[in-house]
Amino acid sequence: MAKETSIKARTQTFSFFYGQKQALFDINIDMHENRVTAFIGPSGCGKSTFLRSINRMNDLIESTKHTGLMEVDGVDVYGSDVDVVTLRRRIGMVFQKSTPFPKSIFENITYGLTLTGKKSKSELEEVVESSLRRAALWEEVKDRLHHSALGLSGGQQQRLCIARAVSVNPEILLMDEPCSALDPISTGKVEELITQLKDQYTIVLVTHNMQQAARVSDYTGFFLMGKLIEFDRTRTIFTSPSKKETEDYITGRFG
Amino acid sequence: MNRFSATSKRFGEHIAEWSIRIVASLSILVIFLIFVFVFREAAGLFSGAQRSQAAAEAAASASATPADHEQDVYNPDEETDSAATTSPSNANDQDVYNPDATIEEPAPAAASTATPEEAPQASKSLWEQLTGSIWQPVSEDPKFGLIPLFIGTTKTTIVAIVIGAPLGILAALYTAFFASPRVRNIVKPTIELLAGFPSVVIGFFCLTIVATFLQDVLGTAFRLNALVGGFGLSLAVIPLVYSIAEESLTAVPRSLREASLALGSTEWQTAYRVMLPAAAPGVFAAVLLGVGRAFGETMIALMATGNAAMKTWSVFEPARTFAATIGSEMGEVVWGSEHYGILFLLGSMLFLFSFGLNAVTELYVKSRLIKKFQGK
Ligand SMILES: Nc1ncnc2c1ncn2[C@@H]1O[C@H](COP(=O)(O)OP(=O)(O)OP(=O)(O)O)[C@@H](O)[C@H]1O
Ligand SMILES: [Mg+2]
Repeated sequence: MAKETSIKARTQTFSFFYGQKQALFDINIDMHENRVTAFIGPSGCGKSTFLRSINRMNDLIESTKHTGLMEVDGVDVYGSDVDVVTLRRRIGMVFQKSTPFPKSIFENITYGLTLTGKKSKSELEEVVESSLRRAALWEEVKDRLHHSALGLSGGQQQRLCIARAVSVNPEILLMDEPCSALDPISTGKVEELITQLKDQYTIVLVTHNMQQAARVSDYTGFFLMGKLIEFDRTRTIFTSPSKKETEDYITGRFG
Repeated sequence: MNRFSATSKRFGEHIAEWSIRIVASLSILVIFLIFVFVFREAAGLFSGAQRSQAAAEAAASASATPADHEQDVYNPDEETDSAATTSPSNANDQDVYNPDATIEEPAPAAASTATPEEAPQASKSLWEQLTGSIWQPVSEDPKFGLIPLFIGTTKTTIVAIVIGAPLGILAALYTAFFASPRVRNIVKPTIELLAGFPSVVIGFFCLTIVATFLQDVLGTAFRLNALVGGFGLSLAVIPLVYSIAEESLTAVPRSLREASLALGSTEWQTAYRVMLPAAAPGVFAAVLLGVGRAFGETMIALMATGNAAMKTWSVFEPARTFAATIGSEMGEVVWGSEHYGILFLLGSMLFLFSFGLNAVTELYVKSRLIKKFQGK
């Protein structure tokens, strides 16, 4: 496998609480640049919570708190001098359920760009095309860019959301079960996309699909009840896991 | 009977189902009857034949139930007295609005309405009269120009919406997306409480406090004017716009908000560029209903606008609205007279306007919602 790249994001004894309820326990992870890091684990084990802690989406939920350190590029993202809006601009996110805005396809893609000020029409058109191409959607929608995005199929909508996320050129792309609502063909396209995108981005992927984790990721972490049981190279996790729980889970004897 | 035949419903369910049906039909019937009644009275204006027929009926019913008409004239102030002396039909006590008489009874005007009063106006067509620029229903030579009333209604409604709609929508945005739960739990019920305020209280508040304050600040010539009235109406409009707009804003899926914030937008950009457009049909409906409320509100318009029919678009001068005209004149109008018919015509116009407004809202909202959420 490829040699080590520099660390883009990492946590140290990171714990997270919903009110009194602790959802994450002392997580230590290094996420490498230009690599795909996948998280697997049974439902409710805290994968989404972890992902949403990276770009501070959990700030939106009342009475949550965290302890420990969450760093991106060596900066504590929960530090008092960090502007959460700028942070989120640099960390893109694709949600499990596709969330197109009730606007046209074109406006969906350009939304992120226009947040930071007006852009010229040609610039916008260029970004729309390149983003849609990267999300393998261009050919399907190029003739109806100004139609509502809600007229797209579920799989197309999800790829639109991926295109929207990459349109602002984030450094990290967080993907929370991006294929859970997709058919095998769309899933294949998204997986292909992930492998392409990792040349430019650091990708963190949550998936319930073991084969998917094995296919696209370089590192895999196994979560169980809020704890990170094992974290290693994907090949190691899937061929010779060192923990019994991991082996039970990936061989389907558990969860 | 086989084992798949419908299980018989319980008796209680039958009763409940039927009561719901009856109540629903009754309310439709009531609306229909109001509709018929208001329009029938107004229609009398347009056909003289119908009017004399009504008069004949009236004479018949008057003799049939004489007890109802022995009461005296309903006479709240001097104006009616002058009306009684100037209008020949008032020679007969029975002609005057009698609150004890049952509503369905046509005007007991007998022959008197038909002849002397109409003579001077026969030269002018009804249309010419209605498009005149003076509203002076009680005088030697009554004038029924609706233009000043139309202007008065329009300008107070515009003032009310210009003040009320943005405030209602901004307040809705605030409580839906920005306020902490604690603040929201105070602000929301407080604004909605305003909706339950009797309009006479709002009218009184404007008449006394707001009018003085605005005159002190702006130095207007008239203490009561369209601005004061429009402000008062906006107090009735705000809670309505607020609660409907708030409801449609909070109905926008949370996931849209998260998606927008995750792209690095600020709360304000999210609210303004994603949530508000997504809720646009509902917010638009809220504003239209606000217009209907301002247009139809009687008591506030009656108390705070100065209530003078002036043909001017200046908001610093008094205004008289359709609703306030009906509210203040219906009590003392001569039954079956032209004035009476015209007041009902105003009522019909109010009715048609709010009916149209609701229909537009409904159609627009439906089509926009379908467009927005099905991508058609
Ligand atoms: N908003 C919330 N408030 C309170 N508790 C929450 C909230 N969101 C998640 N939790 C709890 O935190 C724990 C972790 O949830 P999380 O969504 O991170 O799981 P997950 O691994 O993503 O599961 P899934 O695979 O089903 O998506 C769960 O026990 C869940 O009940
Ligand atoms: Mg999840």
